[in-house]
Amino acid sequence: MSMNNQGRPTGIQSADSAVPETVTGNRGLQIEEPLIFEQDSAGRCGVDLPEVPAVASRLGAVKPRGRIGLPGLAEPQVVRHYTRLSQKNYAIDSGLYPLGSCTMKHNPRLNEKMARLPGFADVHPLQPESTVQGALELMSELGRWLATLTGMAAVTLAPAAGAHGEMCGIMAIRSAHDAKGDKGRTKILVPESAHGTNPATAAACGYAVEAIPATEDGRVDLEALKAKLGPDVAGLMLTNPNTCGLFERDIITIAEAVHAAGAYFYCDGANFNAIVGRVRPADLGIDVMHINLHKTFSTPHGGGGPGSGPVVFAESLAPYVPVPYVVQDKDGAFRLVEQAGDGPAFGRMKAFHGQMGMFVRALAYMMSHGADGLRQVANDAVLNANYLLARLQDVMTPSFEGPCMHECLFDDRFLKGTGVTTLDIAKALIDEGFHPMTMYFPLVVHGALLIEPTETESKASLDQFVTALRALAERAKSGDVAYFQGAPRLTPRRRLDETAAARKPVLRWSPVVEQEKVAAE
Amino acid sequence: MRYLPLTEADRRSMLEAIGVPSVDELFRDVPEAARLSGPIEGLSNHMGELEVDRALSAMAGKNLPAGSVPSFLGAGAYRHHIPATVDHLVQRGEFLTAYTPYQPEVSQGTLQVLFEFQTQVSLLTGMDVANASMYDGATACAEAVMMANRVTRRKKAVLSGGLHPHYRDTTTTDARFIGFETVVMPPAPTGGEDLLAEVDGDTSCVVVQNPDVFGHVRDYTELGKACQAKGALLIVVVTEAVSLGLLTPPGEMGADIVAAEGQSLGNALNFGGPYVGLFAVKEKLVRQMPGRLCGQTVDADGRRGFVLTLSTREQHIRREKATSNICTNSGLCALAFSIHLSLLGEEGFTRLAEINHAKAVQLADKLAAVKGVEIVNGSFFNEFTVKLPKPAADVVEALARRGVLGGVPASRLFGGGLDDLLIVAATETNTESDMDAFATALAEVL
Repeated sequence: MSMNNQGRPTGIQSADSAVPETVTGNRGLQIEEPLIFEQDSAGRCGVDLPEVPAVASRLGAVKPRGRIGLPGLAEPQVVRHYTRLSQKNYAIDSGLYPLGSCTMKHNPRLNEKMARLPGFADVHPLQPESTVQGALELMSELGRWLATLTGMAAVTLAPAAGAHGEMCGIMAIRSAHDAKGDKGRTKILVPESAHGTNPATAAACGYAVEAIPATEDGRVDLEALKAKLGPDVAGLMLTNPNTCGLFERDIITIAEAVHAAGAYFYCDGANFNAIVGRVRPADLGIDVMHINLHKTFSTPHGGGGPGSGPVVFAESLAPYVPVPYVVQDKDGAFRLVEQAGDGPAFGRMKAFHGQMGMFVRALAYMMSHGADGLRQVANDAVLNANYLLARLQDVMTPSFEGPCMHECLFDDRFLKGTGVTTLDIAKALIDEGFHPMTMYFPLVVHGALLIEPTETESKASLDQFVTALRALAERAKSGDVAYFQGAPRLTPRRRLDETAAARKPVLRWSPVVEQEKVAAE
Repeated sequence: MRYLPLTEADRRSMLEAIGVPSVDELFRDVPEAARLSGPIEGLSNHMGELEVDRALSAMAGKNLPAGSVPSFLGAGAYRHHIPATVDHLVQRGEFLTAYTPYQPEVSQGTLQVLFEFQTQVSLLTGMDVANASMYDGATACAEAVMMANRVTRRKKAVLSGGLHPHYRDTTTTDARFIGFETVVMPPAPTGGEDLLAEVDGDTSCVVVQNPDVFGHVRDYTELGKACQAKGALLIVVVTEAVSLGLLTPPGEMGADIVAAEGQSLGNALNFGGPYVGLFAVKEKLVRQMPGRLCGQTVDADGRRGFVLTLSTREQHIRREKATSNICTNSGLCALAFSIHLSLLGEEGFTRLAEINHAKAVQLADKLAAVKGVEIVNGSFFNEFTVKLPKPAADVVEALARRGVLGGVPASRLFGGGLDDLLIVAATETNTESDMDAFATALAEVL
């Protein structure tokens, strides 16, 4: 064996590769981390605050509060806690994250830097307008980009997320019917393949939801749609490209039929990233559409938000844009309209003016790509998805004939008789170092596997994914069920018992729970 | 383009593998009439990082950062010192660029953060359970009312006149479209209000805010008991989370639901968003809660782990029968909240609250000494209302010209009326010289 002159071995001694049981439970870089509450030491603190100025309390006649129960930690402990926790997450920064319909693309750090400029981050929403002209200009400019890219007449930036934008769009549709005195429209039509938020939104706004079936080729059944359209229909909510990753070929005919029936056409813009710069939704006959800034325009998903869901409106619905919105006076000054007043615009949907931090990031992304680059974004997103479809179609079962748009859909027919499920494939992919695709959605095919690579993946990354997925498909067909059912094995935790979690929910830490656990052991 | 890894050679070989001559062929399902032949007109083409930085920095430069001058704005958004650690940890790519933790084996980081966040929110509010966050305080308030409607099977909400008008309006917008009734009490900047008189057999809930939008601190214990006797729920709104370090928590006053804004901890002002809504309830109401919930469980090897749970309430499972259409929470802002609170701990959080109160007392004394200024409040935490001899909207403009951001005119929040009232907040970030500058400038402009 080779050694250096201090006696330190420099070669590799042993070929024993079994994973050992460690004393700590840690496994190299995978470090076990207790809850923050389990690291408490009374009197320890991660900040140094000055003495409290001596004043006579003006709190009034309320009871002073007793001990809260927050743990005390010093700064290094807090840093280590969250660093260790972060290392238990898969992220787009770590690798391919092909969650269909979620658009996990690269999040440029320039956007983070811009959002943190004190002129944006350290501005109070209720400062006098004269002190926030740049913020209002940014909102106005973002609105202009969104309206231009979609060909629409008006925009609201207020909604906090995609589903909130859906709510806004349906409220605008309701307002328009109400303004016409048309109270008989009680239904919203929603295709079976829609995101769950669509029917939930329509129902929340008091509409009955009617499902539209899909055709054999994964599109809306035009005849079934026409048969349902009538004076009781307020609108259609359609995702395009749809959740099967397909462009609705008949969309202009659909829009005409919807309008002929006196209804409005809502488009779920979750998949706008597939067509941005190549198609303007206004040219398809769409009346209103939300845009997820965290999808098409790459604001970070942040482990589940914050999102931002601006909504664009065609002329038909433009009068109903909710407050607040930015206007520019003749002298060039920007103003914020904050009160709905007596006009057709409806009232506010959240506090203040929208997700400003997300606006800055999205505009930085748009300006970086520009009109030319955004078109290339759509091209590459669609190219990457079709490449995966082409490379996987002989070992997996595509649900529909291509070309697809930004995502490709497979179902579980290729697993038939193997005993391996869609879930098992997903979990085995985790051990291969990939985040799984979207599973069991859309609901229109059995055991769906919806793969969205996005335009920010290289060909090498796609090729590695294809190699892994092809090998897993072959392995499943070879009957190695145990391998799949035991996966994942290489993660900080293996499969988790979701049934037990829902049956007896433990939704917070408490010393009592810990005591019971000790007693039970 | 720096964000696109495909080379022209890659594209050619991929098109070949697909078996199409050009990428246009992949868009053949788009109706011909709607196909654009080139880049959309009216927008700039791609730019380098330097050029984007320059353009956006120029826009940012047209704003007056609150931290660059003495600043006393609150009314639902508060400027606190955020320890440097918070933003550094939040920017770790594994937190920043992860999705909703639907695959728990590779999301234990986010999930444990949410479990700890839920615990922290429960402790702060004095409630049994909290969810994994909402969009903001105002939407949390509206969701709380809708939840109360579901729980009580009643359809009328009584909203206090001390409720932040943005919260009120967010709730009444939902009321109009979702179909429930609201009784909106007039603002009562100086006195109390008889909410109970509005409660009848159709009332699902009474919504109060503490401290209220004018800054008054109240004890709602008796109101809670009275609501309970009438079968209505008590919803307590909190817009300044730091107040929970010093005031009786809503849970101890008998709140059934707490809807709060968590921006004060860990989150910058950001011109109003993104922020983080806090939502906490009594144990028995858990299954009627909107939003995501993280729960504890075990993995295949029996080790403790965390998952999203009770998702049968949610839209992706229940579709039109869901308790809410909400899909997103405010994950990263919740993380910032949680890190800041972890740094503060029991001792730091309590002291931070005490400092905030003391600063506000100092400011109130200084402003009260200005001729023509009257402090309206008998009680307050870190925010109070002053009565001015001139319209407050004009006064804040004049103050801004003197380099002081001097509070929020009540008329701006309420859309007219209450013209002479100015709502003023002080936090640990305000120095004594800031306060003196404010008092001096105020004396000058009055």
